[in-house]
Amino acid sequence: MAAVLLSVNQLSKSYGARKAVDGVSFQVQQGQTLGLIGPNGAGKSTTVGMICGLLRSDSGSILLNGEPVTQGNSAAKRQIGYVPQDLALYDDLSSLENLKLFGALYGMKGAALNQRCEQVLALVNLSDRAGDNPSTFSGGMKRRLNIAAALLHQPQLLILDEPTVGVDPHSRNAIFDTLEALQAQGCALIYTSHYMEEVERLADHLVIIDHGKVLADETPAALYQRLPAQAALQVELAHPAGAELVAALSAQDGVSSVQASGQQLDIGLADAGRAAAVLGWLAGQGVALLHFATAKTSLENIFLNLTGRSLRD
Amino acid sequence: MTALIALIRKDLKLYLRDKRALMMHLLMPVVLAAFFGSLFGGGPEANTSKVEVGLVLLDQSEVGKQIAAGLQADSALKVSLLDQAAAQAQVRKGKLPVAVVIPAGFGQSAADALFSGIDKPSLTVYYDPSQSTMLAMVKGLLTQQVMQASSAAAFNFKDSSITSKQLQRVADSDLAATDKAQLTDFLGSLKKYQDQRAATAQKDLAEGKTSSAAADQKPTGMSVPFSTRDEALSSGPRYNGYAHSFAGMGVQFILFMGIDMGISILLARRSGIWNRLMAAPVTLTTVLLGRGLSGALIAMGLMCALFTCAMLIFKVTISTLAGFLILALSFALMTAAFGLLIAAFGKTPEAARGIAVFATMIMVMLGGAWVPSFIFPEWMQQLTLAIPTRWAVDGFDAVTWRGLGFDAALAPVAVLLGFALVFAVLAIWKFRSEAQQ
Repeated sequence: MAAVLLSVNQLSKSYGARKAVDGVSFQVQQGQTLGLIGPNGAGKSTTVGMICGLLRSDSGSILLNGEPVTQGNSAAKRQIGYVPQDLALYDDLSSLENLKLFGALYGMKGAALNQRCEQVLALVNLSDRAGDNPSTFSGGMKRRLNIAAALLHQPQLLILDEPTVGVDPHSRNAIFDTLEALQAQGCALIYTSHYMEEVERLADHLVIIDHGKVLADETPAALYQRLPAQAALQVELAHPAGAELVAALSAQDGVSSVQASGQQLDIGLADAGRAAAVLGWLAGQGVALLHFATAKTSLENIFLNLTGRSLRD
Repeated sequence: MTALIALIRKDLKLYLRDKRALMMHLLMPVVLAAFFGSLFGGGPEANTSKVEVGLVLLDQSEVGKQIAAGLQADSALKVSLLDQAAAQAQVRKGKLPVAVVIPAGFGQSAADALFSGIDKPSLTVYYDPSQSTMLAMVKGLLTQQVMQASSAAAFNFKDSSITSKQLQRVADSDLAATDKAQLTDFLGSLKKYQDQRAATAQKDLAEGKTSSAAADQKPTGMSVPFSTRDEALSSGPRYNGYAHSFAGMGVQFILFMGIDMGISILLARRSGIWNRLMAAPVTLTTVLLGRGLSGALIAMGLMCALFTCAMLIFKVTISTLAGFLILALSFALMTAAFGLLIAAFGKTPEAARGIAVFATMIMVMLGGAWVPSFIFPEWMQQLTLAIPTRWAVDGFDAVTWRGLGFDAALAPVAVLLGFALVFAVLAIWKFRSEAQQ
């Protein structure tokens, strides 16, 4: 098992009477990608703000490689790269000038800084735009440069706070490519988002947070195991299903749930392999099928199952 | 130090690339200073401006002509001869502040009324109510010319007819017997003198002395028994109205730059940039110091550029370069600290800008940046000593057109640095207390 890089213990933070973060604890291993997920206002950004030393916690502790992370601890800050949710770039400085500035804030200078700027520009695929101002960039390019600015000092932990907000799918894939390259280099990531599909693609560990509290802290596989249905089968019938049919279907082996809505049946399956048997059973009952589709249960379902509400509520 | 230098360099680059800011902070003050400077007397070669006066001369007598000539010769006036309707129209339109009408027979009537005070003729003076201060000045100069011309007519040694007429009037009047006797003696002596001078002139003429002094001598009357020698005491060489206006406009627009600097911090806080800066291993003080020092450098550069322009184009002179530079530096630091204060206490960029611009306008107005503070009432002059802009403008006046030495810059420098320190301490305290929350 990899060594613990970051340890967050019983972290709390209130704004007036409102408790934004309430006893949050989790750990990040070396080289691990942790998905910190929750709906808007769940406490993700406040948690990230405290880890980055931007906010002061009311209670609890944050340790990075065993050292406490505080607002004034420069040594800890040097090991963290932070990609804020908003674009943190100067539009009237070129890409290279932006990177040199943020590198200099970490004490980098001279040839080492120039070389590192070239490396990160190549990593985010913006080498040919080094001399251009971000104001001339697309949203996706700006986001990539925003990430590049956090990589100059080669942090052990990169924290990305909703880094794909307002980005088109093509640019989103380009960002994921960059992050996967960083994963391959052994960089640990904390990725906050309320887009489950993004987290599913990148994270090997998930922390689900809502109302400032941790609801789950597990691997994706373990979370899926919590669900009664691992796959979903949607069937459109020629005629509305009767109660008898629904009851009989629910009793079939491997069927965990059935919801009927007019001609539509939503069937929860213990595993996707049971879909063929269920369809065969329906045909055997003389039920005329117009259309069917199978789907794997998503983290969205997990969140729904845990909180009773959608991630994007 | 690497981080601090990088932060300062970044701000300087951003500022120099912002054409709108350069236009606002450099070109605008030059244009406005040129305008205000020309109003305040222009450059060192400019003459004192004359008051324009319209004159309607309906009295073609010797006295009337003498009054007109006297007014036209006065160095403080620029007299235009007009008819009555034109004079009224020009005053009404505000093209002339004052117009004087000398009615027909005015000269004779004024001379007649000189001793008796009876049947005094009147002069009509039209004036623009928006320039009423000119009225008193023109009336004073008019009185001088009328007294001189009418008394000359009364004491005319060639012609004692006015004196004879005055004697008759005294005889017919109901004055007290004693007064009547004294006045008759005085006028009788005058008439005797006039008749003697006239007889001498006639005799000289008969004997062929065509150029006798008496014949040639023109009548003279009462005149102002003194003259003034006007000497401007200021700026070493000569007063330059542009020096004050460049100081005033420089102070105003550089403070606007300070506002922009503060707003840029508020905008950074609203965007992710502030968080990125704070997430880096630099202290809050370093970030604020970087912004403050870059703001001070920009302010210093702007003030130097403005006065370079003033020197090259408008012949403004600086009496002590060291005094000017230390003053500009102190004002630049005060401006930067003012910007930090705006950033610290401003809630949103929009609201902060409105309040800061209003506060700055009040400060520059009371500081004498628009019009010199010496025209303020005494109580306001005392009150405005509590405003940093007053010290800045007075300081720049001292080291430019007043022509004073390095010592004159020290008090404004001390006060400006004091304000800079107070503003900076307040700003850093506010930022830190927010970061602790």
